[in-house]
Amino acid sequence: MSLTLEEVRHVAGLARLSLSAEEETLMRKQLSAILDAVAELSQVDTSAVEPTSHAAGEAAPWRPDEVRPSFPPEKALGNAPAKVGTSFAVPRIIE
Amino acid sequence: MEPTDLSMLELGRKLASGELSSVEAVRASLARVDRFDGQVKAFLRVDREGALAQAEAADRRRKDGRRAGPLDGVPVGLKDLFLTEGLPTTAGSRILERFVAPYDGTAVKLLRAAGTPILGKLNMDEFAMGSSTENSAFFPTRNPWNLETSPGGSSGGSAAAVAARMVFGALGTDTGGSIRQPAALSGIVGLKPTYGRVSRFGVVAFASSLDQVGPMTRDVPDCAALLQAIAVHDPQDSTSAQVKAPDYLAEIEAGVKGMKLGLPREYFELPGMDPEVRAAVEDATRALEKLGAQLVPVSLPHTRYALATYYLVAPAEASSNLARYDGVRYGLRADGANLLAMYGRTRDQGFGLEVKRRIMLGTYALSAGYYDAYYLKAQKVRTLIKQDFVDAFRTVDAVLSPTSPTPAFRIGERVDDPLAMYLSDVFTLPCNLAGLPGLSLPCGFTRANLPIGLQVLGRPWDEARVLRIARAFEREHDFHRRTPPLGVA
Amino acid sequence: MSVADFQPVIGLEVHAQLLTRSKIFCGCSTEFGAPPNANTCAVCLGMPGVLPVLNEKVVEYAIRVGRALGCHINPVSIWARKNYFYPDLPKGYQISQYDQPLCQHGALEIDTDDGPRRIRILRIHLEEDAGKNVHDAGGGDSLVDLNRSGVPLVEIVSEPDIRSSTEAGEYLKALRDVLVYLGVNDGNLEEGSFRCDANVSVMRKGATQYGQRVELKNINSFRFVQKAIDYEIGRQVEVIESGGKVAQETRLFDAVRGETRSMRSKEEAHDYRYFPEPDLPPLRIPEGLVERIERELPELPRAKLQRFTSTYGLPAYDAKILVSDRPLADLFEKVQAEYRGPAKKLSNWFLGELLRLMKEEAREVSALRFSPTQFAALLQMVDAGDVSNNAAKDVFAEMFRTGRAPREIAQQKGLIQVQDAGAVEAAVDAVLAANPDEVEKYRAGKKQVLGFLVGQVMKAMKGKGNPGLVNAALKAKLGD
Repeated sequence: MSLTLEEVRHVAGLARLSLSAEEETLMRKQLSAILDAVAELSQVDTSAVEPTSHAAGEAAPWRPDEVRPSFPPEKALGNAPAKVGTSFAVPRIIE
Repeated sequence: MEPTDLSMLELGRKLASGELSSVEAVRASLARVDRFDGQVKAFLRVDREGALAQAEAADRRRKDGRRAGPLDGVPVGLKDLFLTEGLPTTAGSRILERFVAPYDGTAVKLLRAAGTPILGKLNMDEFAMGSSTENSAFFPTRNPWNLETSPGGSSGGSAAAVAARMVFGALGTDTGGSIRQPAALSGIVGLKPTYGRVSRFGVVAFASSLDQVGPMTRDVPDCAALLQAIAVHDPQDSTSAQVKAPDYLAEIEAGVKGMKLGLPREYFELPGMDPEVRAAVEDATRALEKLGAQLVPVSLPHTRYALATYYLVAPAEASSNLARYDGVRYGLRADGANLLAMYGRTRDQGFGLEVKRRIMLGTYALSAGYYDAYYLKAQKVRTLIKQDFVDAFRTVDAVLSPTSPTPAFRIGERVDDPLAMYLSDVFTLPCNLAGLPGLSLPCGFTRANLPIGLQVLGRPWDEARVLRIARAFEREHDFHRRTPPLGVA
Repeated sequence: MSVADFQPVIGLEVHAQLLTRSKIFCGCSTEFGAPPNANTCAVCLGMPGVLPVLNEKVVEYAIRVGRALGCHINPVSIWARKNYFYPDLPKGYQISQYDQPLCQHGALEIDTDDGPRRIRILRIHLEEDAGKNVHDAGGGDSLVDLNRSGVPLVEIVSEPDIRSSTEAGEYLKALRDVLVYLGVNDGNLEEGSFRCDANVSVMRKGATQYGQRVELKNINSFRFVQKAIDYEIGRQVEVIESGGKVAQETRLFDAVRGETRSMRSKEEAHDYRYFPEPDLPPLRIPEGLVERIERELPELPRAKLQRFTSTYGLPAYDAKILVSDRPLADLFEKVQAEYRGPAKKLSNWFLGELLRLMKEEAREVSALRFSPTQFAALLQMVDAGDVSNNAAKDVFAEMFRTGRAPREIAQQKGLIQVQDAGAVEAAVDAVLAANPDEVEKYRAGKKQVLGFLVGQVMKAMKGKGNPGLVNAALKAKLGD
């Protein structure tokens, strides 16, 4: 398989996904199959090709430096899972 | 004739003349919802009060002689990734199950300005990742043509709702085929406009350089009218083009005489294409030839790499777009002793398997040491795929192909085999990679009475021609008037 | 420990907020001090479906900075996503620039003990700021305020040309002064609008390869910059001398202990997975914009400093203070243009009375109540002997508070000195007559007595005698 379990765990860590052991195994199998399938891209000669970094060709208009109304607290925090006053509350970060 | 048998424009005319009221139209739609959605399960949320209130307002406008436009008062549905202020917007995911949108997206604002009452939010594959609506965190939607089969995805709820005439039209989004493929499988018309034609502001993002909003309707003129309402430059979207939309209905009946229509060899050579699909699509191309178009063989040599390209670019962008779902400011939050645990559990519990799979794939493709070989390489091959179309469009005005290699497949048949599922989009993906407009319309039925879709791809900004080609075919046939056998036996 | 055997190599990364009214990608206000999350919207909260739209002033300010620092402005630069998870980063990525930044290859000249040195600037790019996490000391929840999320930043990266902590301090001060002069930043380290990270390594003198560099973060005052860097240099030397290897890591400066600590929150070295931002097209600078901005650049601090020392002949110490605040320097020049007397005299007034009163009354140059003409007139009165220096200070204080003309104030307060030679002579005669002993002592050689006699004359004239005239008249009468 293209991916090791270590790599699966590393990527899951980068993506902040706490996968179960079964999920890790399943991911390993399925992601490896997908990566094998996409490997055919290496056959394509792209030495003289620029990547399509942007789908829309042209420059976009900039906006003027004007202050626009912000959200009132009900909108800003209306969906907050936890808050203290008008701040979002999150579990502590271990330093 | 039921009000719900009318097209959007037909209803619009009857509303204008006062023959029907918008409230009646909404009630008729709701009656069908009540009757059929228990089986079809297209809706995640039906907003009865809201839709009726909007219908009443439309009726008042009509009385005051201030109709907002041809679609004022015509009930529509929205795929549940369009943010609608005050209503939950879930993107088909548990992680947003209780998220109430604090603002209206631009396309939604434009529809409100056009006066279309919004009947409700429609089911979808979670975060638009899927081709069958089986990846919805809540339940799969069923194809009104055969309830054991999928309506396609990711805009499966939108397709099914239109096909079952529970709404007169709907908006979907298309990243790799998510409007066109369900349109084909559900026997309706679906259009993905040129990238940048319709604002993405207020649409839950999947893959930023590929996502586009588009109309899903029962016939081509409706599709044009609904596109017209939303094809507006939006200063809130930096990828929204400053190209003024033409009148999409102006030339829609002008026919295809003198047009050159390309048949891409690589599409028709695909192994695994259902023979009935092949036959119906080939018949359709010949029908267009009889109507005065010239069929021209063309080659799009990098077609075979489109799947791999898409499945690196889209997940990569998605892995970044979905990082905001972290339980901090909105959405699901799982318990965790510390931040890391909270993040991990929230995202593990909140996201379904396909979403997790694509996040993992995308993260890997962008990660240190792999970026060049995967993401960057795919973006380069994408340029070649785009160039294939540029070259083809030197000799033809549009390209024809099947939309989906197979008709609707059984629910459960492909969901455990990601690669098999991904193959549903082989014909639709290249169009997203190239940023072109693409439309699917019904061109036949299988012996089992499942719809077959014909795909028309056009040059950038050439939606009017694509609609015209589709309409030329449509009006010579009655595929768009057939109704699914719901409530029969 | 032989730090002297080692050569420190320092590069500095400065993140400076740009003083636009609204944020870089949305219209929320950038004003400091609002209640938590009062200046937020769907965009800077990272809600589903939002998209960034660039603030045109941000581009203008960034180009100002780039040209002021002699950088090449790239006509096309690319936005990139820097992906990582943190509660103060709402989208889970920061929109920044990676490959192809806006500005490249400039320099900033600083003064060192060995003379002026050019510190090269590698690049300057634009990015959005993150919000603020407030940690609860008791180990409970952290609080997240996203008012700062989306405030525009320029990141200014120097080459590792800096060779000591003192030079680092000089570089930062000079850079801060440039940004403040340009009107794009308020130079406030404590409030966080100007932040500095340092990359520090050491190499044995004479070695050809750089040593392992360590990143220092959380340096939030100019004092701490030098302390942190000195500590780190010492630490690295000690590690090497005891046979160890300097680890590649990020360290925080602990201001309380005066040392750097390793950041123990060990997420493996960040893999930011940079890729071009698909929601923003490349940043294309329109024809003529850079030229227009260049034409409008003000004279920069260093150039002004040189001009103040050469044209006005001011000592470096004076010039530095005057130049440190652009409005102050402008005022100086305005007053000097009318005064036309010795610039050093005016400078003394600025560094003395003016700055003192400005501080006492907490008044900035823009809020001063008197005009340059009035200030010049006051100094001319002093030079002409119309008021004594001390009296002039009183007049100035009143002028500062009220903006009234100096002559009017002096007259009202009766401070105008008597210049009338006849009146002075008469007073001198009277005093000499009344103090025959002192006259004798003076004539006998005790010249110090003159001070007493001057004092007596001044007393008799109620302090209004022109001291110069009094002195001269006394000496003349005493037969000197």
